[in-house]
Amino acid sequence: MIRMKRLNQTIIIALLFVILTAGVFIAGCTTTSQPVNQTTDTRQKLVLATTTSLYDTGLLNYLEPKFESKYNVDLLITSQGTGKAIELAKRGDADVLLVHSPAQEMTFLKEGYGMNRRTFAYNYFMIVGPANDPAGIKGKTPEEAFKAILTQGIAGNGSIMFVSRGDASGTHTAEQGVWKKAGYDYAKEVQKSGNWYIEAGKGMGETLQMAGEKGAYTFTDEGTFLSYTGKLNIVPIVDKGTSLMNLYSVMTVYAGKPQPEKITMANNFVNWLITSETLTDIGNYGKDKYGKSLFTPMSSGVPAGVTADFTSPATETSPLKVEPAVANGTVPDAILPDAKNV
Amino acid sequence: MNEIVEGFSQAGNLIVTLNPDLLQIAALSLYVSLCATILAAGITIPLGGFIHFREFRGKQALITLIQTLYSIPTVIVGLLVYFLLSRSGPLGFLGLLYSPEGMILGEAVLIIPIILGLVITALLGISRNIRDTIVSLGATEFQVILEIIREARFAILAGVILGFGRAISEVGVAMMIGGNIRGETRVLTTAIMLGTGMGEFSLAFALGIILLAISMMVVILMKFISRRYEP
Repeated sequence: MIRMKRLNQTIIIALLFVILTAGVFIAGCTTTSQPVNQTTDTRQKLVLATTTSLYDTGLLNYLEPKFESKYNVDLLITSQGTGKAIELAKRGDADVLLVHSPAQEMTFLKEGYGMNRRTFAYNYFMIVGPANDPAGIKGKTPEEAFKAILTQGIAGNGSIMFVSRGDASGTHTAEQGVWKKAGYDYAKEVQKSGNWYIEAGKGMGETLQMAGEKGAYTFTDEGTFLSYTGKLNIVPIVDKGTSLMNLYSVMTVYAGKPQPEKITMANNFVNWLITSETLTDIGNYGKDKYGKSLFTPMSSGVPAGVTADFTSPATETSPLKVEPAVANGTVPDAILPDAKNV
Repeated sequence: MNEIVEGFSQAGNLIVTLNPDLLQIAALSLYVSLCATILAAGITIPLGGFIHFREFRGKQALITLIQTLYSIPTVIVGLLVYFLLSRSGPLGFLGLLYSPEGMILGEAVLIIPIILGLVITALLGISRNIRDTIVSLGATEFQVILEIIREARFAILAGVILGFGRAISEVGVAMMIGGNIRGETRVLTTAIMLGTGMGEFSLAFALGIILLAISMMVVILMKFISRRYEP
């Protein structure tokens, strides 16, 4: 008798448990932002790997539904950092690469992992720091500013500090480019030159937070900085200079034995991204939230000194056997960091 | 400190309005962690029984190894499972990368050492007398194992609950195997990571509070069930 009662109670509790879990799960499935239930989604999947600083601006979330509705594709966007994005692509775990690190992208192309690279938009990096600007860099060029921070940081008493991403991201690579242009050997004269130079090894948001906490200077992209408005006590100090150019490029990934449908759809994405309609959308993004656009599409005019292909249709289905005559979407070599110096 | 207070009110807001994104993320967190725990428990309880009851060369070394694995960094587990499930990896054909099922596998791998170690410890805690009594009553080896596991059920359940807690709070594995893809593999922990990276601290707190609330419900339910089996 007692056994039966316990068995009934067990069954009831187990049922309750299952109902609770199922209920929450079903609630989750049917209210998902996807128009199609995940488990019966038969759309082709396309994996896009990107950098955190681009993803965190929200631009890709904004563009995602537009692309998905046009091509009836499930776009899976993963943002884990530039280095991770490139590694994912090399291992065939990403179909489209969308980053902002020209030097690393050129190496990627040279090694035969990508094709159809199109540089579609840009904005600027900035040197931000404490409002009282203890190193006195206001009005200087980026290279002069870095020099001032370094010399005073090394000589100083700890009041002048610089926080670097320190993670081989697109932003970090650009920072290294400025050091190189300023005449410094990054590995020998900047890294480990003193406690003034802090290698955070973190994403842009956390790096900004650290700089804010320490009252230090740092090198940031404009989008991430804007999303922190009102939360930090550091301000933009140097925001003009050719080496502050931040170029965003997209390309189709070719790794291992890729399926032709994947290549076709990835090329579709590249082609869709560079349509004037999409570029206009990109240019308008951010105006309502920040009062200014976060990205300038190349269709508004290619900046001086930059070569960017943003119009030729993406047609290659396998990487070029020879190096392209003109590297698309580049800044002059003096600004590009040497891949070996990284 | 403001953000903590704001976090509570934001959590309340998200729950009361049945925010669809939140429901989806929370449901996925619960689904992945529960399945990982069940999978891990299904492997570790019999395996723990086997290791405890059999004598074999290197048994102590094995137990030491299991307890050492308590300390394995989750990112390392994430990397190892990623290499397995990557398209260029041996199990790439399964297409488990960027899927909740891949995350279940990764989290199960992560919590197996913990639950396994605790199961063995739990079994060690059962007095030898009970085993001898059961044997003397004529039980087969299989019945002995079953009975001892029954005797140790509360300690084993504690291990399973700890495993669940570890799974639902996991960030590294969830991020590396799932990719934090919106609407597909974003769970509470990876959403918290994203929130903090974007400076949205009160949202991050809100999600953390909700995660703890879900955990509490699961723990209460497990305790409720176990009370039915009180001796």
